[in-house]
Amino acid sequence: MSLMAEVGQKAFNLGVPLAVHMDVTYRCNERCVHCYLDHDDHGEMTIAEIKAALDQFADAGVFFLTLSGGEPFMRRDFFEIVEHARRLLFNVKVKTNAVMIGEAEAQRLRALAIDTVQISLYSHRPAVHDAITKLPHSFERTIRAVKFLRDRGLKVTLANVLMTANLSDHSGVQELAAELGVHYALDPTITPMMDGDTGVLALRVPGEELPALFRNSALVASQEEFCAPPTPPTDQDLEGYSCSAGHSFCYISPYGDVFPCVQFPLPSGNLRRQRFVDIWSLSPQLKEVRSIQAKHLQVCSSCSHVSSCSRCPGLAYMEGNMRGPSTADCEKSFYRTGVPTANMLRQGLSKPRTTAPLVQIQPLAVPA
Amino acid sequence: MKSAPLGVFNYMPETYIARSTAIAARMLAGEMMVMNSVNSTFFTLNEVATAIWQAADGSTPLRTIVRERVCAEFDVDPEQAESDAEQFVAELSSHGILLVSDHPLALESAR
Repeated sequence: MSLMAEVGQKAFNLGVPLAVHMDVTYRCNERCVHCYLDHDDHGEMTIAEIKAALDQFADAGVFFLTLSGGEPFMRRDFFEIVEHARRLLFNVKVKTNAVMIGEAEAQRLRALAIDTVQISLYSHRPAVHDAITKLPHSFERTIRAVKFLRDRGLKVTLANVLMTANLSDHSGVQELAAELGVHYALDPTITPMMDGDTGVLALRVPGEELPALFRNSALVASQEEFCAPPTPPTDQDLEGYSCSAGHSFCYISPYGDVFPCVQFPLPSGNLRRQRFVDIWSLSPQLKEVRSIQAKHLQVCSSCSHVSSCSRCPGLAYMEGNMRGPSTADCEKSFYRTGVPTANMLRQGLSKPRTTAPLVQIQPLAVPA
Repeated sequence: MKSAPLGVFNYMPETYIARSTAIAARMLAGEMMVMNSVNSTFFTLNEVATAIWQAADGSTPLRTIVRERVCAEFDVDPEQAESDAEQFVAELSSHGILLVSDHPLALESAR
C-alpha cells in the first residue's frame, strides 16, 4: 500500500474529512450538451462565506481541496478564494474549462503552487469539442490555456468525458495529451440534469460499446485482471464500504449545501446555518451513509460482483435507494466480465437496463 | 600582528530552515502530512519531525530548534537528535519541501 493510500485509509478509519470538493459557482461560459447543472445563480456563497468555510475545513483536517463549478473562473473573486486556500496550506486542484485562463492567470496559478489543473476536453477535433461545449472557438482557447499552464510547470490533466457524440475520439484526445505533455483521464459518467430531466442520459456511452473501452490497452493497464470473472466475496469484502463518500470526502455546493459526494445528492447540511464540523460529525444523513457495509446492500450483497464492482452509492441513491444497486455500475460489471449481476438476474434480464429514473442535486429547502 | 579571520575559532555557521511556499500541509492524527505540489512528493512526519517542521520559521537556527523543541520535549540523545535533524532537513530540502540557508529566511505558517 502506498503512503498516500495508507493516509487515505487512516482518514477513512478515523472519520476525518481528508478531501473536499467545492463548486464555487454553477455559472458557466460553456453550455455543454451533457451538463447536469442549472447555470443560474440562486445565491452563491459570498467571498466571506467561502473563506469562513475554508477556515473550517482546515480546522476539521481537510487536506485535499478541489475547486470547481460550473466554471470557477466565472467568479471574479476566484483568485481570492485560491489565495486563501493556499494560505491555509490546502493541496488545491482546480477543475475548469480553461477558456478564461491566459498567460497572466497561468502565471498566478503557478505562483500559488496549485497541485493540478484539470481541464475538460471532449475531442481532439475542434468542431466536435465546440459542438459539445456550444461555445465557438472553445477548443482553441482551451488548448492555448493548456500550453500556458504546461509551460509554467503546472500539472495539467485533460479530462475526457465520453459520450455518444465523441465516442470515437478518446484515442485522439489521448494522443493530443501526449503531444502536449500533459495527463489524460477518461470519464464515461453522464448524470441527469438538476431539474430531474433524464434526457441527457441518452448521451451515455451505450453498454454494448463498453467492452471495447475496457479491452483497450491504452485505457486499461491490466486488462486480464480488470476483466476477470468475479471471485466469491470474503467476509472482509462483506464488511467493507463502498467508497470514501461521507467517510473522508464530501461535496459542497455554491450555496453551502453539504453532500456526501458530488455524485451523491443527499442533502446533509448547510454551511450558512451550521458549522462544518457539526455537519460532518452529527448529520444523520452522513451517519447513515457511513453505516452501510457491503453486507447491508439489499441486492448487491448476494451479487457475485460485490467484491470488485465499482458500485457508486450516490448513483444508487439517485435511483431511489442508497442500499440498492447502481444500474450504471451493474452495466460496467457485466460488460467488463460477461458475468450477469444479481440485479440483472432478479429482473430476468440478459442485458443490463441502461436507463434508470434518477434524481439530482437540489438546494436544501430553507425554512421560512 | 594580524588578527585571526572571523570564523577560524569557535565558529560554526548556523542553519536556518523554512517551509517552502509550494507545499500543502495538514495534521492527521498527530502526524503532519506534507506534499510538494510541484513534484508530488508526499511525506508524513512523526511527532519529532513535526515539531521541527512547525518550528521551521526561517529565523530560528536548527540547533536551537533541536535543543528547545526536540531535546526539551522528547527523550532523545542531543547528539543523535542533531544528527537525525540534519538528515531529516537534508531529505526534505532535496524534495523542495524545506528551504535551507545559512542566513534567516521568510516563510508562511502551517496551520
